[in-house]
This record gives sequence, C-alpha cells and structure tokens, in this order.
Amino acid sequence: MTDSPKFSQSRRQFLAGAAVATGAAAAGKFAHAQAAGPDPAIMEMQPWQQYLGAGVDAAPYGVPSPHEAHVVRRNVEWLTADTVSSVNFTPLHELEGIITPNGLCFERHHSGVAEIDPGQHRLMINGLVDNPLVFTMEDLMRFPRENRTYFLECAANTGMEWRGSQLNGVQFTHGMIHNVVYTGVPLRLLLEEAGVRTSGSWILPEGADASGMTRSIPMEKALDDCMVATHMNGERLRPEQGYPLRLVVPGWEGNMWVKWLRRIEVGDAPWHHREETSKYTDLLADGQARRFTWEMDAKSVITNPSPQAPILHGPGPTVLTGVAWSGRGTIPRVDVTLDGGINWHRARMSGPSFDKSMHRFYFEFDWDGRPLLLQSRAHDSTGYVQPTKDQLREVRGLNSIYHNNGIQTWAINERGEAENVEVG
Amino acid sequence: MSKSVEMMKTLTLSTALVVTAAFAFAQENPAPSREGGFGLGRTALPEEVAAWDIDIRPDGQGLPVGSGDVYTGEELYIDYCSACHGDFGEAVGRWPVLAGGFGTLDDEDPHKTIGSYWPYLSTVWDYVHRAMPYGAAQSLEDDEVYAIVAYLMYLNNMVEDDFELSNENFLEMAMPNEDAFFMDDRATTELTVFAGEPCMENCAESIEITARATVLNVTPETAEDASAAPEAMPVAAEAEVVETAAAEPEAPAGPDPELVAAGEALWRQCASCHQIGEGATNRTGPMLNNTYGAPVGSHEGFRYSPAFAEANAAGMVWDDEALSAYLLDPRGFIPGNRMAFRGLRSEDEAAAMIAYIRAEGGDAQ
Ligand code: HEC
Ligand code: HEC
Repeated sequence: MTDSPKFSQSRRQFLAGAAVATGAAAAGKFAHAQAAGPDPAIMEMQPWQQYLGAGVDAAPYGVPSPHEAHVVRRNVEWLTADTVSSVNFTPLHELEGIITPNGLCFERHHSGVAEIDPGQHRLMINGLVDNPLVFTMEDLMRFPRENRTYFLECAANTGMEWRGSQLNGVQFTHGMIHNVVYTGVPLRLLLEEAGVRTSGSWILPEGADASGMTRSIPMEKALDDCMVATHMNGERLRPEQGYPLRLVVPGWEGNMWVKWLRRIEVGDAPWHHREETSKYTDLLADGQARRFTWEMDAKSVITNPSPQAPILHGPGPTVLTGVAWSGRGTIPRVDVTLDGGINWHRARMSGPSFDKSMHRFYFEFDWDGRPLLLQSRAHDSTGYVQPTKDQLREVRGLNSIYHNNGIQTWAINERGEAENVEVG
Repeated sequence: MSKSVEMMKTLTLSTALVVTAAFAFAQENPAPSREGGFGLGRTALPEEVAAWDIDIRPDGQGLPVGSGDVYTGEELYIDYCSACHGDFGEAVGRWPVLAGGFGTLDDEDPHKTIGSYWPYLSTVWDYVHRAMPYGAAQSLEDDEVYAIVAYLMYLNNMVEDDFELSNENFLEMAMPNEDAFFMDDRATTELTVFAGEPCMENCAESIEITARATVLNVTPETAEDASAAPEAMPVAAEAEVVETAAAEPEAPAGPDPELVAAGEALWRQCASCHQIGEGATNRTGPMLNNTYGAPVGSHEGFRYSPAFAEANAAGMVWDDEALSAYLLDPRGFIPGNRMAFRGLRSEDEAAAMIAYIRAEGGDAQ
C-alpha cells in the first residue's frame, strides 16, 4: 500500500456532498441489486434442511459453530521469552455488544495457569486485623454476594504503540481487555469479618500460583468497590481467569486483579513489590517515574472496520462500530471521524451503560469508496476527553509503556483494507 | 459499622440511585454488612499465617534472620539462574536482564534493571524468594536468597566481592534510583488538560499519514493473512488442521499410553526450558528430540556447561538408567551442570517422563 491520500478541507466538502446523496437515498430512491440467476443457496436443498442434526446429548457444554473457529485469542510470539509468562489478546474485531465471552477473555500469566482444586483452596486474611481468618470456598459462598459488570484492562494494553504504529490488528493493539459480569462477595464484608485495625491503611492481595502475584492496594479502594469474585458471566471463573477466586478492582489496572487469590494481608504501608516497582511504574522522558498509576484513563477504539476486519462489501451503507471505557465512570459520548480528525460526528451509544464497564458505539455512513482515516474519541462521565497519542507523548515521552489511551487511527484504502497508522 | 453510619450510607446511596437509575439499575443493591460479622470462616493458626506470610517490605517487615555472601551467591546464581538471566545478569535471549543500564533511564532506549531502576532492595529479596527460579518458586532457603541478592548487588556494582548481606545490614542498603519515583500526578498534569468541549468541525487544514504498521511488519501471520485475503479465512483452515491432527488415534505400536499421558502431565515442569517434537529448537535448555540413546550433550548449537562437555567426552549415553538418575537429581548426577531444575519426585515420574520423551520423538535416530 503506497498511496497516501491527503485529507483536507476540500475533501471534507466532498464528504459533505456524499451525505446529501445519502439523504436522497433515505427518501427511497435506491434501486436494489438484481440477481443474474437463481441463488443455489435457495434453489438447492442443503444437508441441514433434510437430515437430522445432533441430539441434545452431543454437546453437554456447547461450543461455537465450526464456522467461527477463527474467533480465538492470539499471542504475539516475539513479545515474550516463552508462552508461560506471556499474554494473549481478545479478538475485539469479532465481538459485539459489551460482554466478552469467557473463552475469549485475554490471558496474562506470570507463571502459567494454576490448576487449583477448589476443595484445597483457602483464603486467608491476616496482618493488622483483630482476628486473622481462613475461609474455604463453602464459607465464601455463604456471604451476601453482588453482581457487577466491569472491564479489566491490562495497563500495558496498546503499550507497543508508544513509538508509532506497530501491530496491524485491533486484537493486538487493544486486545488486553475484557468486560465481564462478576458475581462475588464485596471485599468490605470479608475485611469487616476479620476486623481491620485503625492503623490498617493498605492491603496486599496475593495469588496462589507459582508467581505469588502481589500488589499493594489502599484500604479506601478495598472498602469501596473491590470484590472477591467466584463467577464470571454466570459460570465459575475459568482457570485462566483465577479459578476459584479472583480479586476485582473496578476501573484499576488489570495486574491488580489478583487471580487464584489465596491471601489478603492488612498493613500500614505499601509493600513496593516487583509488580509496582520494576513493572507498572511509568517512566517519563526525564528518567523520573510515576508510581501507583492505578486508574485506567478513558479510551475507545473502532473494532470494525479495522485491519483484521476490512470492508468487504464495497461502497454504500457501512456500519462502523467500536468500544469505549473509563476507569473513572461511564461513557456518555464517543465522537468519530472519517477524515483523520478534520470533522467529527457523534456516535450512537447502544447497550447497557454501567460504571467502569465497556460501552458499545456505532456510526452508520455511506462509504463512497474513497480512502478513510478512522478515529474514535471517548468522553467519560467526569468530563475527561480521550487525548491524541501526540498529546500523551508530550506529557509522558516514549518510554512509559503503560497507560497508552491515545486515539487510534485506521487508514482504509479503496479496496476497504485497513491499516494501523498515525496521522499528523 | 454502626447503625447510624449504615443508615446514612443507605440514604446517600438511594439519592445517588435516583440520578443513575436509568443507567445502572442492575447495580443498585449493595450486599449488606452485618453487625458483629457473619461468624463465617475460622481463626487462622499462627503457624498457618507464618507458612503463607512471606512478604517483605522496604522497612524490613517480614525479613527473616539470615545471611549470605557474594561468592556463595555466585555459585547459586550460576546453578539456578544463569540459564535464563545470563552469567552476569545480561540475560539469555528474551529473558529479563538483571544488571546494568545505569544512566540510561532518560535515554531513548532505557534499560530498567535491579541496579538502574528498582527503588528498594527488599523488592529483590521478596521477588526472588517468592517467584524464582522460574518454575521452582519458593525452593530457595533464606540464606540462599541472601547470598543471591548479594550477588545481584555485586553484578550491579553496588558492593565489592567480599560483601555479605544479612538481616542486620539490610536496611543500610540504599538503591541508587530510589528517589526517582513519585506518586501518580495525572490529576494535575493530565486530567485538567484532557478535558473540555473539543473541536468538531474544520479542526485541521489537512491531515496526512505519518506512520504505518505495515512498514515494521511485526504482526503475527494470521492477522496479515486476514487483511491480505480476508475471504480465504486461513486461520479457520489452520485451526481445523490442528483439530484433525489431534483427533488421529495414537499408533498402537508405541509405548504404554497411560505412562505417556502421565509423562505429558509432568512435561509442564520442563516446557519453560525445553521443546520436543516437530519444530523443536534449542531454548534455555537443549531441544530433546534425538536424545534417548544418544550421547550426553550432543545437540548441535547448544552451549552446554563444561560438566556436560566432560560427560560427553567420557562417553556417557542417555540410557534409561542415566536419564532416570539425571531427572531425579540433576545436580547430584552431573555435578556442575546448568539445568536449573530440582528433579522429579519418584522413579515412577522418571519412567513416565522417559516414556513421554520417547513418544514425542526423543529416540536417537
Ligand atoms: C527458566 C528461566 C528462569 C530461571 C532459571 C530464572 N528466572 Fe528469573 N525470571 C524469569 C522470567 C520468565 C521472569 C519474568 C516473570 C514474569 O513475567 O513475571 C523472571 C524475572 C526475574 C526477576 C525480575 C526481573 C524484572 O526486571 O522485573 C528477577 C530479579 C529474577 N527473575 C531473578 C532470578 C533469580 C535470582 C533466579 C535464580 C534463583 C532466576 N531468576 C531464575 C525466568 C527465569
Ligand atoms: C530451568 C530450565 C530447565 C528446566 C525446567 C528443565 N531443564 Fe533439562 N536442561 C536444561 C539445561 C540448561 C540443560 C543443559 C545442561 C547443561 O548444559 O549443563 C538441560 C539438559 C537436559 C537433558 C540433557 C539433554 C542433552 O542434550 O544431553 C535432558 C534429557 C533434560 N534436560 C530433560 C529435562 C526434563 C525431562 C525436564 C522436566 C522434568 C527438564 N529437563 C527441565 C534446562 C532445564
């Protein structure tokens, strides 16, 4: 792809012209296509119309149609030394609505998937508490529980893009996120059960896997909306998502959502462990580093069209869609541009709008077959507006790895193929 | 929580609800606290807390009594860590680098290591003890951790080679980069800037493409195929091939399938370092195709330890007996070899492992 069309004001005039034409079409002047001959899909008997299908005992746990076999998590081999301490990515371009199916939720492990026998699993609360406690899974299921929908985004999502466009697919640039309905016990109830001493101002959740994952979390957050989850999207947590117990830390970076949760220590100071010093600190251009950058900034991305989901149908009615989220609230508004940011349009939000959950947006337009530069820009309920990548670089430099929530651009060419690009 | 506080909370909640009900009615009913608790769970025994509470803090909380010196640390490090992190912390392949990088943090290409970046020594102690060696977590004794941490300090020019680290002098050790960290300041540096009604019309004279992902060409194959020939669905085709291959029945002439299956379950302990089967290559450890019945240390292109080279020169061959002895006690059987693995737990496990290796193409040709 060598063409580099210039997007300018005059071109905008052209697009405006196209919009007028669309208006005419809405008045009912569009002629439908005519078939050259009868469609074999209609004329010929298909096997499924004639012969019996599988019975109810064929798939006790159902799986997607074999025609959807390409809808899978994928990893990028060169990213990590092995696949055990590694990451794979949610295929955002294949999904609709706001909920991520359990089997497609991206994975990031530091020592592989712990396979835990729930009968042998314990949750301990110790440290600055009146009564250090041990809970079995049965104990935990006797506490009142709640159902809440939250996104979980890895702080390194889009981290490969700080220096410019790298990976050609929304799955790889933005796929370290999933959005799930969790069922679990508010952490507040468990801490109340143990009786937090007045000096207890931090907690240290710890995982039972071979990495013994730990993060320091301020008590205020722990008592506010954290939960200890047992179920995701109605069923038990998947092993790769922390079965049988995971900490839910709404709106905060995914690394803190400790999987295979086995212990919570209460203390009076943060622990400064590896995942909050060596990792998950944001190095700025002057060599100084931000620590404890917990909240995920508002972000959005167009999932279709995108490099893995080109426009195959040619000019005419086209559905643009994407997702948006914020660690500080809801997403009341997303703007979309087709010309790289000269003119913006308000996208249509559709689906439930929950606090710190993924939101779905659409923008329908008539594609005229010319190249496009697609972007989306999220506004969250605090008034925060998603910045451009250059705005972020101005503050953070190129080496902060984490928290890249800059506006993503897809270039669409005349054939409808999409590419990850940057514009200026 | 006292009753009045609880009531106030309910009140604020319900007013908040009026505002947000239209958006979030499914999240409206918080699970109630109970005065005096639920009486669920049981008191943790002190020895249970001691068994699990292994975390260390910068102020020394959690640090056990013990000590270790640089020399002891070097020996342990070469045995347990160098296979991945390199003899001098420079790392093998893409495993993490542990040393060097001083003065690079404000460079274009910063190297963040224990020495150049980590703010606290307690983090090194805690992490090595908690998670390393990779695949054999929490296998090191406290004194061994002290010694390895001392050696890591030596590799990072923090101490001389006659240094001994202990719980006594631990808190005197300051890390060079401790003061470079500051609390998240986005509230003042970003949130106020990235706000307000943005431009919606005629926001730029012209826009041009300044960077393209296809130039780098680092996206995994599957995605590129998808954009080049979207109708062909190459990914789906590939997935089907894998499925059919997996569904093919095992050749009946092979070794005991139960034993092989048991070996396969154990292979996870080896997979971080070894590959076997079609397409296997040398990694942290040598690939294990063509191993059973072959001379020790015979895989081309792998940098074996002197101990392995010696065994090879002496004519040692990987027969059942040698393999079993090695896998049960890697360090005892070939002293000085570099396999950072503690050993399998029983003869049965070793037999299963050998059966699996042979079934996967481990026999010498
Ligand atoms: C089989 C390979 C392997 C061996 C052997 C190994 N490590 Fe590691 N090490 C890793 C991997 C992989 C990681 C990163 C894990 C993750 O993703 O969380 C790591 C991370 C580390 C880190 C943190 C690096 C950073 O920048 O955050 C330290 C420190 C470390 N290892 C020390 C050791 C020590 C000491 C030993 C020996 C006792 C050891 N390792 C043995 C693979 C290995
Ligand atoms: C932490 C990395 C690591 C792990 C885990 C590991 N190995 Fe190794 N292995 C090595 C290295 C490195 C060598 C080469 C030793 C040397 O050169 O001193 C080796 C050598 C071997 C050899 C001899 C190969 C030859 O070419 O002579 C065999 C067989 C072997 N390993 C089997 C296993 C099995 C089976 C397991 C799991 C039960 C395992 N290893 C686990 C790193 C590892």
